[in-house]
Amino acid sequence: MTAIEYILAGMLAAATPFLLAALGELVAERSGVLNLGVEGIMALGAAVGFITVYSGGGHAMGFVFGGLSGAALSLVFAFVVLGLHANQVATGLAIGIMGLGLSAYLGKPFESFTVTGVGKIVVPGVVDLPLVGGLFRQDIVVWLSLIFTPALWYVLKHTKLGLLLRAVGENPHAASAIGYPVLLIRLCAVAFGGLMAGIAGAYASTIYTPLWADGMIAGRGWIAVALVVFGTWMVGRVFLGACLFGAVSLGGIAAQTVGLAIPSQLLASMPYVVTIIVLGIISSNRRLVKLNGIASLGEPFEK
Amino acid sequence: MALPKLVRREHASLPVLIAAPFVALAIAGLSNLVLYAAIGVDPLAVFKAMLIDPFTSYFSFSEILLKAGPLLLIAQGLAIGFRAKVFNIGAEGQFVLGAIFASAIPVYMPQASGAWIWPTMLVLGMLGGLAWAAITAFWRVHLNANEILVSLMLSFVAIQILNYLLLGPWKDPMGFNFPQSVMFQFDALLPILLPGTRVNISLVIVLILTIVAWFFVQRSFAGYRLEVGGLAPNAARYAGFSQSGAIWLSLLIGGAAAGLSGAAEVAGPVGQLQRAIATGYGYAAIIVAYLGGLHPIGIIFSAFLIATLYIGGDNAMVSAGLPIAAVNVFQGTLLLAYLAAATFVRHKLVWPPGARA
Repeated sequence: MTAIEYILAGMLAAATPFLLAALGELVAERSGVLNLGVEGIMALGAAVGFITVYSGGGHAMGFVFGGLSGAALSLVFAFVVLGLHANQVATGLAIGIMGLGLSAYLGKPFESFTVTGVGKIVVPGVVDLPLVGGLFRQDIVVWLSLIFTPALWYVLKHTKLGLLLRAVGENPHAASAIGYPVLLIRLCAVAFGGLMAGIAGAYASTIYTPLWADGMIAGRGWIAVALVVFGTWMVGRVFLGACLFGAVSLGGIAAQTVGLAIPSQLLASMPYVVTIIVLGIISSNRRLVKLNGIASLGEPFEK
Repeated sequence: MALPKLVRREHASLPVLIAAPFVALAIAGLSNLVLYAAIGVDPLAVFKAMLIDPFTSYFSFSEILLKAGPLLLIAQGLAIGFRAKVFNIGAEGQFVLGAIFASAIPVYMPQASGAWIWPTMLVLGMLGGLAWAAITAFWRVHLNANEILVSLMLSFVAIQILNYLLLGPWKDPMGFNFPQSVMFQFDALLPILLPGTRVNISLVIVLILTIVAWFFVQRSFAGYRLEVGGLAPNAARYAGFSQSGAIWLSLLIGGAAAGLSGAAEVAGPVGQLQRAIATGYGYAAIIVAYLGGLHPIGIIFSAFLIATLYIGGDNAMVSAGLPIAAVNVFQGTLLLAYLAAATFVRHKLVWPPGARA
């Protein structure tokens, strides 16, 4: 298998944790709420999901409990920033620290334990194509994510719900004046973001690398937050960004297979370096960011 | 159901401002004790180990002072930025770079001696932190990139640089292959301040810099410009205060403070460069800064409190069997409870007037 084939085959699975968490954060940010706790929420979802699967609950329940734990932690965030108008940046950091702490606390008895992942679902025929065949051999969560992504795009772009979400993010006072419950909509958006981050974490710990190790999320939640900026709050671009990061995180192993002697620390820092560079490139296009940015992002809403 | 409404106060409430950290401590303390009870750890034993035992011996009290130093210094630097709404959350990486820069002298000149060594190391450490923070400032000012994400990503990179040095070029050849540098020579170590303890001269430096921070924030024009930029960006722009200047200044101050702390850590209690220096001071300092109300005097108390929780947490781990992650959970809950309580400095609850409404 060549390096290119290897990256194409594994890219989508590697991208899935980034993608799911980033899409959840995108919805929260579209409503005007910046949740910087994604890293901790993902870690909690990963720990709860892993413990569920390890205890014999099965993968489906792992996702349910992982997702619900993420949603619960994000509701604590929502209470403090929406109910009490607290600073969203600081509160998000607090939630992140809490989530990382809780995941380490809960996961302690399970350190370095493993579970079995799930099988691959293959699209017959095309899977035998040269070079790109590996793209068509993925686990069920990847396939579901590939259905979910355009569905979310459709909801945000073409339904009343999506319009409402954008209205609340762009001009909460106008939305409130015509009778929409701004805080309730934001609450739901934040809870959805937490649910997705929890599911993303559970995918990372029970399917992508089916083991529990403290600190295993390793910045993926933060990269997901950065992806929302890369994607300038648009679903399609966030998807492409997630694929890029999936490929980057596999690039190291691929480079080693073709015999390139690169220090492992340099490879390990690639996703972060790429994030910094791409963030610089996209953000320096001020017009693009201004055009697609969320007007009320991070601002508390007080009537 | 009649829910109380949150209404803005006409004036910020000073009593609430002072009470908020204590209320937060009570809420965080109670909720965490419940959590400990849930996993079968005796809450009273934890309480005693965390908040009473650290004060029962001279040595363990000195260890609190030792931990409080870096927390206090980093938090003073960060708070200046936070007041200006410049969110440098990459102090951990700036701390690591400071430690690396300072270690260059004993690593490359292990035989050197003289009184110039440790002061030079501290200056180098400061420059290291400053340089690392400058990347974030450049990205923010010239590329419009979010400083939260850039500074944090740089912290992950800093850890990898540390790993690279310790596993490669800077590894102690006599160190049995452990990822650590040589032990520093005597002149590369900070002089001890309190005999019989590990508390060194850096505590005095930190206290002097705290006074400098107070003067900068409360009395200087540069501090005033930063504050206006944070509170009322439009007014600051109208007055001609440069926003780019505020971002550069905030990040460089934060980076220098974190870098200096990193240098004092390797030249102080640790005495060599090793992986264990990155223990999360840079993140804990964010909590210290907020818990101290972003005020130079308040931060003295919050640094002392968080340092006590660290030492107490270590005690509780040994004597009450508490998992070490519990300290992080406690810190997170404490910050969250404080942010919730601080709402009532500027707001009050008003119940709807019952049946007549």
